[in-house]
Amino acid sequence: MKHIISLLMENEAGALSRVAGLFSARAYNIESLTVAPTEDPTLSRMTIVTSGSEEVIEQIIKQLNKLVDVVKVLDLNDGRYIERELMLVKVKATGALRDEMKRMCDIFRGRIIDVADGSYTIELTGDGSKLDAFLEAMDKTVILETVRTGASGIGRGDRILKI
Amino acid sequence: MEDRHQKITGAEILIRCLQEENVKFVFGYPGGAVLNIYDAIFNQDHFKHVLVRHEQAATHAADAYARATGEVGVALVTSGPGATNAVTGIATAYMDSIPMVVISGQVPTPAIGMDAFQEVDMVGITRPCVKHNFLVKDIKDLATTIKKAFYIAASGRPGPVVVDVPKDITAQYFEFSYPKSIEMRSYNPILKGHSGQIKKAVNLILNAKRPMIYAGGGVVLGDAAEQLTKLTRALGYPITNTLMGLGGYPATDKQFLGMLGMHGTYEANMAMQECDVLIAVGARFDDRVIGNPEHFFSKNRTIIHIDVDPSSISKRVKVDVPIVGHVLSVLTEMNELLEADSGKPDQAALASWWKQIEEWRGKNCLNYDRSSAIIKPQFVVEKLWEVTNGDAFITSDVGQHQMWAAQYYKFDKPRRWINSGGLGTMGVGLPYAMGVQLAYPDAQVACITGEASIQMCIQELSTCKQFHLPVKVVTLNNRYMGMVRQWQEFFYGNRYSESYMDALPDFVKLAEAYGHVGMRIENPADVEPALREAFSPKLKERMVFMDFLTDQKENVFPMVPNGKGLSEMILAEEL
Repeated sequence: MKHIISLLMENEAGALSRVAGLFSARAYNIESLTVAPTEDPTLSRMTIVTSGSEEVIEQIIKQLNKLVDVVKVLDLNDGRYIERELMLVKVKATGALRDEMKRMCDIFRGRIIDVADGSYTIELTGDGSKLDAFLEAMDKTVILETVRTGASGIGRGDRILKI
Repeated sequence: MEDRHQKITGAEILIRCLQEENVKFVFGYPGGAVLNIYDAIFNQDHFKHVLVRHEQAATHAADAYARATGEVGVALVTSGPGATNAVTGIATAYMDSIPMVVISGQVPTPAIGMDAFQEVDMVGITRPCVKHNFLVKDIKDLATTIKKAFYIAASGRPGPVVVDVPKDITAQYFEFSYPKSIEMRSYNPILKGHSGQIKKAVNLILNAKRPMIYAGGGVVLGDAAEQLTKLTRALGYPITNTLMGLGGYPATDKQFLGMLGMHGTYEANMAMQECDVLIAVGARFDDRVIGNPEHFFSKNRTIIHIDVDPSSISKRVKVDVPIVGHVLSVLTEMNELLEADSGKPDQAALASWWKQIEEWRGKNCLNYDRSSAIIKPQFVVEKLWEVTNGDAFITSDVGQHQMWAAQYYKFDKPRRWINSGGLGTMGVGLPYAMGVQLAYPDAQVACITGEASIQMCIQELSTCKQFHLPVKVVTLNNRYMGMVRQWQEFFYGNRYSESYMDALPDFVKLAEAYGHVGMRIENPADVEPALREAFSPKLKERMVFMDFLTDQKENVFPMVPNGKGLSEMILAEEL
């Protein structure tokens, strides 16, 4: 089952590679991983999307907690949470496609953020499945390039990951 | 010049840090990136620097020093090849949770990433085999980093910590100030077990019909042997030790069933399989211990698991009552509860359980041909036990001889059995013996090894000469990589692929060439006299290399074949 794990860690050189190295060394799945400093510049917040049996997820959480640079770990799936991912898609926009691309973008509540003679660049946010749905709705031949950030997650309401 | 009086070099700061940590020995090897540090060592006498002949031996010796004393072992190596040579020793210590600090030199900060001479990304290379590591990028962080390294290495579940120090940092000047203590928001090991869980466990323990105590290396590392012995004796329950746990409970005691696992005793493995309440203490249910996990689960039992590392719990085996905490603290609390509690174990059930165990014990699974005309390796270990009154420090390498040492040398005290259990590193035996002998100069220290393993760090005979280390090497020489040969015999149709040691050196002459005493022993009748001579006052100050020519085809029994269950052992008599 898919799990979104959020963690706070020391914002130090090499901290990211410790997490990435843990996943490869122990053969855990990693679907996406995002990381950036928080409002406290000494801390980084990381969101990892992974999958595995309950036993594997339990081990992942324990192994993450064991890393000396990791301050706090939260399995977002233990409660209610919000997931968001950003995607930039460059699509072909010539002739009739120019209108169609605009329409598709509006349906998915995206924004065109760059316009060129033959293409649009569309910005889209949502959970992973919405971004997947957008790509599926498009004719494969019109997609010139996609880039996705991987999911970020946050607990709902007073579920707060902070030290 | 004024502030140079208050400021000292990074190299001097490093030395002062080691002094503050009360380090007595540093095992190392100089080189370009650590020349400033070695210059500072030249001018100090707070600790003794032990010059090894290969950096691998520096980390092994520091590791053994830690195993034997409980203090943090310290190694110092140069950048590049010095650092990579140290990696095997670091990984060995990591697998067995040994507290160790390894200081590696690094090329100067501006040269990092430039493919400089003798540059290697030590922090990157060691990341998967250390508890933690650091690259010191600013001299103002040096002292705090060393403090953190010692704190992390020794606390919680111990482990090796690498501190990579660029050469320019060791030449810069800064004030020395060593923190008294360290707080890390990201690192707070749990020490005290949950009281509710401990109560629950004690209750289960008292109500067991077929109890079994399974104690591992955590008991030795956590200095909990005394509390474990107290608990076991108070309950009257059977106990087994893992390879790493030997000495955690006196092996000559009647409640001790011997080691368990792949080469464990029949009674220990059967009791492990058939018990109804299993009390796991500082052990991690690894593959060499429980065999096939599915077979292990085929029997119902309640498992209580005490471990300082939460990630060791429910990793391979789902447990019923997990207790995260320092084994010493948890066992002490259990003993207090048992003393206060009026409940007693069910004596009738216990008596019938012991009756069953005695039946298993009656198989006498460690029996072997004592009248053999060829020296049996087990016989050498038994005689060594007798000659040293069971009170020596025994180091071993890896293979058949390691198993025979574990089976036939009965360890009554913790920290006497020094071997590479997790990583299984051939070559550790001799450097291990050096680390132990330096820690305890007057103690009897023997290295039980094979003719294959000993050659992996044989250069350390030179270190033994330089530091007058009267280690006794007991080589069980069967002219084979014995354990490899045994597996090839059992599972590969006797095709002894590359497991024969051809062109062996004359070990007697080799030992003599290094300035030691060499002996070759070829007859069973000469085994005991040779050992007595080696441990006699006459040779007390000398290193003795004993080359015992043993039975080439002897195998280690019992054996749980790979993928089989604990109760599916092959016994010697069955072949």
